[in-house]
Amino acid sequence: MLSIKNLNVKLEEEDKQILKGVDLEVEAGKVHAIMGPNGSGKSTLSYVLSGKDGYEVTEGSATLEGEDLLEMEPEERAAAGLFLAFQYPVEIPGVGNMTFLRTAVNAQRKARGEEEMSAADFLKVIRAKAKELKIDADMLKRPVNVGFSGGEKKRNEILQMAMLEPKMCILDETDSGLDVDAMKLVAEGVNALRSAGRGFLVITHYQRLLDHIKPDVVHIMADGRIVKTGGPELALEVENNGYADILAEVA
Amino acid sequence: MAAPALQENPTEARIASHAMPAKGWSLNAREGALARLRAMGLPQRRDEYWKFTRPDTLTQVVAPTAAVFHNDEAPLFDGIERLKVVFVDGVFDAEASDDLTLEGISIERLATAESDLHWARDLYGTLEARGQHPVERPLAALNTAFATDGVLINVTDKPSKPISLIYRHESETSDAILHHCIKLEAGAELTLLENGPAAARFNKSMEVEVADGATFHHVRAQGRDHERRAATHIFARLGKGSQFKSFTLTVNGQLTRNECVIELTGDDASAHVAGACVGDGAFHHDDTVFVTHDAVNCESRQVFKKVLRNGATGVFQGKILVKEGAQKTDGYQISQSLLLDGDSQFLAKPELEIYADDVACSHGSTSGAIDEDALFYLRARGVPKGDATDMLTLSFLAEAVEEIDSEELRDEVNGRMSSWLKRRRD
Ligand SMILES: Nc1ncnc2c1ncn2[C@@H]1O[C@H](COP(=O)(O)OP(=O)(O)OP(=O)(O)O)[C@@H](O)[C@H]1O
Ligand SMILES: [Mg+2]
Repeated sequence: MLSIKNLNVKLEEEDKQILKGVDLEVEAGKVHAIMGPNGSGKSTLSYVLSGKDGYEVTEGSATLEGEDLLEMEPEERAAAGLFLAFQYPVEIPGVGNMTFLRTAVNAQRKARGEEEMSAADFLKVIRAKAKELKIDADMLKRPVNVGFSGGEKKRNEILQMAMLEPKMCILDETDSGLDVDAMKLVAEGVNALRSAGRGFLVITHYQRLLDHIKPDVVHIMADGRIVKTGGPELALEVENNGYADILAEVA
Repeated sequence: MAAPALQENPTEARIASHAMPAKGWSLNAREGALARLRAMGLPQRRDEYWKFTRPDTLTQVVAPTAAVFHNDEAPLFDGIERLKVVFVDGVFDAEASDDLTLEGISIERLATAESDLHWARDLYGTLEARGQHPVERPLAALNTAFATDGVLINVTDKPSKPISLIYRHESETSDAILHHCIKLEAGAELTLLENGPAAARFNKSMEVEVADGATFHHVRAQGRDHERRAATHIFARLGKGSQFKSFTLTVNGQLTRNECVIELTGDDASAHVAGACVGDGAFHHDDTVFVTHDAVNCESRQVFKKVLRNGATGVFQGKILVKEGAQKTDGYQISQSLLLDGDSQFLAKPELEIYADDVACSHGSTSGAIDEDALFYLRARGVPKGDATDMLTLSFLAEAVEEIDSEELRDEVNGRMSSWLKRRRD
């Protein structure tokens, strides 16, 4: 599904290399987790995959179902089925959450040559999904993320993911800032989307999210590289011992 | 040595190019305005309130020509039930206009209102004259002296539909001067709509007397003809517990100077004036606003938003004056520009002058570009760059558009703006 080969990325503005040869393969139907110390390049990887400005790919490739992601505009990547739940969701004053989501859903459908969703159908679907995530009608009407609490913002990301039904979901620290109940809601939202045709890349610092969203594969990222890959037990090891041992072992 | 050629006085030259009516109830007021104009002289670049806007094309004797902008869209407000009063290049068009009778309101043309004891005699030129201090507004005096037509509206009740003044532009060389007097009696309510480019050059003045407890809503859209020029004035005086709300949308136009002068003279009154403009290239838009609080517990809001690109210029000169004794004043002023490129500029001069101690006044002015993080967020959800930029542009303008009370009118304005923004990209 998502195939990343020897991805090298530097900042456009500075001569600073951030990703130093990332190799990663996420198969359809699988959940991969990435853990790693602060500043190791996890968010950078998610931004580069989704097409944010400011980064330069100096080497390597990234494809989604064989399509070259790096050649596409961000909106084309979204229409191709890539979704990023942001570590820091952006506030957009003056744009209603509902209007925003309907525009996004229909823009993606249009780009794929599918029929647009009617206002009535959209309303029906979003109401049901919002209810599952305990997002009330008021939050849907408010401007995108404006005045939302940290946890509400993260739930709003998951709502967007549920509405957009992407093929490849990248979640960047969706668990940070969530209380225990909200974490369960978010995990349920993610698990509800797990299917044979869909891949997940879950970036997290904590095992507790992975208790709810059981990963198939766990990667450790350090200094711009995947330095170790293993099963769910790798996350437990990090939880118990931190990164020191792992980093020493691969050094 | 040859004596220097006698310079013709530009004010006198301009005066000589106009004629006053030979008789009638407005003559006194017109003579008074002419005297004011002579004393002030036409605006010049060195005048304090003309530093950012060149007055020459507004003052010169012959108006610069302006091509008529043809398009196939339905005119603004088309779907809205209203009473239409149409002017073509500043000339009343009876055939295109509706019957001017409507319950709760009387509407007459300035040019044909004959009666010597006309009610408008007390209003015509009165608020304009008051509005000449402390800032001079010579183009408004010129207007009072030489307006060729306009409407005189007396609202006694709550008419069932808005009055809609439609200004068509058909001649490339037209130079129009219209003057409206609007009087809302105690407790009366009026929604006034204005739209259209009006003329190659348009000088329009509107005096609005809002009596105690009356409500005046004003929504205006200045026509999209790229080369048109306009200098407009609104002079309003508000009585106790009255409400005044004015919103102006400006898209295109080479030069627009909109002045709004509001006096809150009765306690508990409220005045909101807002503007949204979108300009490209040879576009110069100037909002000059002066709100005077002269009563207790009044509220005023000024909300001006400008989207500028390709070298367009936006100007905002806004003042809140709180007079001695105008306690419990709540004054707010914001002027912001969204600069879509580095060539455009926004010049703002916000002013507060306060002589009472128990007041809350705030003002702010900012200039900024599209928020790149917001743009990326929208695109990452699949919204194409152009649409995402438009969404953010509309959201930037939203605070001004929100000042329109009626949801129907707000939707009309928003819908138009988004289709215009989209067209511009196609
Ligand atoms: N635009 C930028 N300008 C300067 N430095 C940057 C920029 N983007 C990323 N970096 C740097 O690149 C490194 C990787 O950052 P990144 O945000 O990808 O880390 P992370 O693994 O997501 O960390 P965290 O766990 O704290 O979220 C950091 O040292 C960061 O400061
Ligand atoms: Mg991060």
